[in-house]
Amino acid sequence: MTASLQASPALMDRALLQRAAIDALRKLDPRTLLRNPVIFVTEVVSVLVTLLALRDAAAGAPWGFQAAIAAWLWLTVLFATFAEAIAEGRGRARALSLRAARSDTPARLLRSADSRDWQPRPADALRPGDLILVEAGDLVPADGEVVAGIASVNEAAVTGESAPVIRESGGDRSAVTGGTLVVSDSLVVRVTAGPGSSFLDRMIRMVEGAERQKTPNEIALNILLAGMTIIFLIAVATLAGFASWAGTPPSVTVLAALLVTLIPTTIGGLLSAIGIAGMDRLLRFNVLATSGRAVEAAGDVDVLLLDKTGTITLGNRQAAAFIPAPGVSAASLAEAAMLASLADETPEGRSVLAFASAQHGILPPALPDGAAVVPFTAQTRLSGIDLPQGRFRKGAVEALVATLGTTLAPELQEAVERIARGGGTPLAVSRDGQILGAIALQDIVKPGVQQRFAALRQMGIRTVMVTGDNRLTAAAIAAEAGVDDMIAEARPQDKLDYIRRAQAEGRLVAMCGDGTNDAPALAQADVGMAMQTGTQAAREAGNMVDLDSDPTKLIEVVGIGKQLLITRGALTTFSIANDVAKYFAILPAIFVAQYPALDALNVMRLASPESAILSAVIFNAVVIVALVPLALRGVGASRGGAAALLRRNLLVYGLGGLVVPFLGIKLIDLLLQTLGIF
Amino acid sequence: MTWQGWEQVALVLLAAVLAAIPLGRLMLPMARGDGGALAALERPLFAACGIDPAQAQSWRGYALAMLAFNAGGFLLLYALLRLQGMLPLNPQGFDGLPPALAFNTAVSFVTNTNWQAYSGEAAMSHLSQMAGLAVQNFLSAATGIALAFAVMRAFAGGGLRRLGNFWVDVTRATLWLLLPLSILLGLGFVALGIPQTLAGSVELTTLEGARQTIPLGPAAFQVAIKHLGTNGGGFFGANSAHPLEGPNALATGLQIWAQIVIPFALCLTFGHLAGAPRQGRVLLGVMLGFLLAGTAVVYAVEAGGNPLHLAAGLDPALGNMEGKELRFGLPLTALFTATTTGASCGAVNAMLDSLMPLGGMVPLFLIQLGEVLPGGVGSGLYGMLLFALLAVFVAGLMVGRTPEYLGKKVQAREVKLAMLAVLVLPLAILGFTAVSLVLPAATASIQDAGPHGLTEMLYAFSSAAGNNGSAFGGLTADTPWLDVTLGIAMLAGRFAYVVPVMAIAGSLAAKPRLAEGPGTLPTGGLLFGGLLAGVILILGGLQFLPALALGPLAEHFSLLAGKTF
Repeated sequence: MTASLQASPALMDRALLQRAAIDALRKLDPRTLLRNPVIFVTEVVSVLVTLLALRDAAAGAPWGFQAAIAAWLWLTVLFATFAEAIAEGRGRARALSLRAARSDTPARLLRSADSRDWQPRPADALRPGDLILVEAGDLVPADGEVVAGIASVNEAAVTGESAPVIRESGGDRSAVTGGTLVVSDSLVVRVTAGPGSSFLDRMIRMVEGAERQKTPNEIALNILLAGMTIIFLIAVATLAGFASWAGTPPSVTVLAALLVTLIPTTIGGLLSAIGIAGMDRLLRFNVLATSGRAVEAAGDVDVLLLDKTGTITLGNRQAAAFIPAPGVSAASLAEAAMLASLADETPEGRSVLAFASAQHGILPPALPDGAAVVPFTAQTRLSGIDLPQGRFRKGAVEALVATLGTTLAPELQEAVERIARGGGTPLAVSRDGQILGAIALQDIVKPGVQQRFAALRQMGIRTVMVTGDNRLTAAAIAAEAGVDDMIAEARPQDKLDYIRRAQAEGRLVAMCGDGTNDAPALAQADVGMAMQTGTQAAREAGNMVDLDSDPTKLIEVVGIGKQLLITRGALTTFSIANDVAKYFAILPAIFVAQYPALDALNVMRLASPESAILSAVIFNAVVIVALVPLALRGVGASRGGAAALLRRNLLVYGLGGLVVPFLGIKLIDLLLQTLGIF
Repeated sequence: MTWQGWEQVALVLLAAVLAAIPLGRLMLPMARGDGGALAALERPLFAACGIDPAQAQSWRGYALAMLAFNAGGFLLLYALLRLQGMLPLNPQGFDGLPPALAFNTAVSFVTNTNWQAYSGEAAMSHLSQMAGLAVQNFLSAATGIALAFAVMRAFAGGGLRRLGNFWVDVTRATLWLLLPLSILLGLGFVALGIPQTLAGSVELTTLEGARQTIPLGPAAFQVAIKHLGTNGGGFFGANSAHPLEGPNALATGLQIWAQIVIPFALCLTFGHLAGAPRQGRVLLGVMLGFLLAGTAVVYAVEAGGNPLHLAAGLDPALGNMEGKELRFGLPLTALFTATTTGASCGAVNAMLDSLMPLGGMVPLFLIQLGEVLPGGVGSGLYGMLLFALLAVFVAGLMVGRTPEYLGKKVQAREVKLAMLAVLVLPLAILGFTAVSLVLPAATASIQDAGPHGLTEMLYAFSSAAGNNGSAFGGLTADTPWLDVTLGIAMLAGRFAYVVPVMAIAGSLAAKPRLAEGPGTLPTGGLLFGGLLAGVILILGGLQFLPALALGPLAEHFSLLAGKTF
């Protein structure tokens, strides 16, 4: 499903724009706009100026200027609603495809888990606790937990990945999602979600934005913007009194123009688009956040709990060396190791074969008939094969030693300890009860993780490796990967304790997990990313689900959270800084009739008062549209510490916000002159 | 401008910063809430008053105690002013003040404003000065300091439910900080020639043979607390421009020093208490930067002189000396003017009305910026912290975390309360001024036509709402309309501002202090200082720009164009 990342569609295509334009008009409803105080005030002012223009037109007075201002004020409102509509539109296509996956096929309701008697029942009549039978070719009718059976399931409807995955009772792969397709075998499933509250339903609602609630930071920012709007309302309303002392009270239209240019319409108009786009970016990344709150929290995270296997290391241990016992030749050890692994289908087993053929040039023979395979069990902790030429065994050193009732040669014992100290896992190999030597299985640290962790450290994020390995092994890998801390021999409780401890120190913790065991820690963490392949319990405990089940993505999720916050801050700063230039455009224009000397403040040398005011209003409206792509794409979260980031963004958006409107307003003024307007 | 002039400015500011360093440390036990070495001395006092120093209050309890204390102080002072004609220590035999003036004056001194609609030597008995005004000079200053302590604790601690005990804090701030410093400073002023006597006045014959009455009184010690407590209410009507209240340059320098030393020191105390001295230094640095800029503008503009005078052939070397004391010259006038308005003190040593338009805009703008540069004792610090919260909130997002200051997350509740507080100044200043500019009963008080007249009214409400108390001049302030509306502006500027601030403190105190790291917004350096200055200018000042354009700016540019009003 990484394909969906690269295939992210153009920022805006034609159909999207058309649909958004219609939605933008629909969003003009003042009841909807009330959620956005800045734009709501703009709309009220637009109505007022429109009425005044109509009144003057009816009275035969000059009305062109008022009409122009009114038109641009309306455009300001429209551009803001358009920004939101376009952000929402990008999620809608995804929702449509999800909705198509919702099945209306009747479910097979079972009487009990043991019986196979079923009766048809519509999918939307299923209740949590019902037991259902799902057979090959069926769409899973509801979210549930597998109670019996094992089957391969195509989850492409949810994850986009069409290779089937195994779902079975017990263990960490017991969750099935409504809308996915059982490809082979059959499952007995206990329904866990009622109609309308399934994972798929939640996903659709989230994507469509219907369930989008303002996030805490968004609420706070909205309050700031509302407060600034009130402050400028006071400043503009009282200006009438000040101006009457000066002698010429300005017209309502001019005051309205001043008000709208001063209140933070830029960020007010783009705020919800930024939030929606943040969720959307996450979704394109195939991570589903249950709330925008979680995305924000991701930006704040300062401790990352990462599972060693699959995240830091490649996931599978691989044979890296053969160490023969004294008196044993390397070749015979290699052959014995290869034969012992002949029937071992685990990645470790395969790697022994690959290593033997790569290092010693011996090719594994076909499994001969009559060979007796000894499978690996958790009790014996060894596996092997009985062949005519001997009995070959391979397993954990102490297990094999104990089973054979022998001892290790001191040299070999030393080698085994060395392997463990170096972060590897030693296995012993025997033939006919005699230990021939050891295989060193090595965890391979993924290429590039070290640099990524260093970058995270610069951003102030500590990485913690979680592993079930013993301390010695864990420490070696931790050192190689460059993590800041580790939890070795980790039990689920250890993770939970570590998270609580870090939180008590005032840190925010993110982790990912998939098993039911992980659920408490996922719930405790500030950002808990569950794997889609994981259990239902894990998926409900976390506040994000990774549809690709790739724990490395936690790092990118943090980046996306930061990007969302940076975009908000940058555009807020830009919007507020813009006010300075607008003052220089409008204030002299308003008062120059009374105090001609105030033209000295007209530093942009705008052509006429009307042109100055109109230029400021036009700039104010156009800048919203101009910034839509930035709002949707997000401001880049460059690597580096907070100080560097702040300096850069202050320079770009703070200083830029001061300078750009001077240029923009002047440019529009020149354009108006060339066109001969005002 | 001259190098010698700048040397004077630098010397006074340096002396204030140098004194603030040890003072900031000395206040630390008080800020922390323990009696330190003096605990044994206070114990009987608290016992007699039934105060248990260990009994800390929630933000509500603390704010209510503060409000009750100030309400009581107001009632007592109001009664005293109304009844002074019947009370002793009234050698000049002044009558009681009329109700509107008594209300205005009582509010003024309780709110640490010290707006004076009266003239001290012509209306106040010695008893009113000493037992009324001087007492409130101490208590209103101590109230500000106590509030600042409570707010500091909220920032410095984590998971706190309670902020300390208001009665204990206000007692300690009075007894162990303001009183000793005032005594030392008062003795210094006596030595420098400011009178301290219970005699009424002396009659003497001038060189020309005319008879002159020179009013005297217990001035020196009241002048000491007037500056130390950033009160600013002069013993004499002409304030520090009066030859007996500002007898020489040394006394003037000392007064400037006194009105900024405690606000400076409180920044450093805050840094120590929060365990992050750099944070305190940044706040102080921003204050100092604004003071220097303000001083520079006043100094430069006044040294430049009045273009119309210069055109008429006046010697340009002197600059604009109208309304200034020759004894102090331009540099000490510029520094005095910037510090007294930056610091919410409101004492004056020159006639602000006579400054050049841009020179007069500096004190006006410094007040409008929220009285945080460095602001009143205590109030300056909590006002500055409010701006720091807003700065962190606006720009902090740009580092990719939800904003936090000193490890405290700034969230919806804090932003809401901060905006409530920030709304008070524009509402009170712009609202009342706008109404007063159209109301004939109010416009009658204005002396000058055109933009200068507007500035006179704008300045009065800025001074009142900012709890500064300095008068621009040119305004007949003692009218029923102005007495009452300015009184309301003072009350709003103090209490409508401080209650949300205390609510923020309560909310922040309860939050855990998150760990800081390379990923958190650095608030202890030059970068943040610049950001904070920008936010103060934009969020604190931008809304006043239209009014300033019609006042000092219109006057300035018209003057350059040769037009007067």
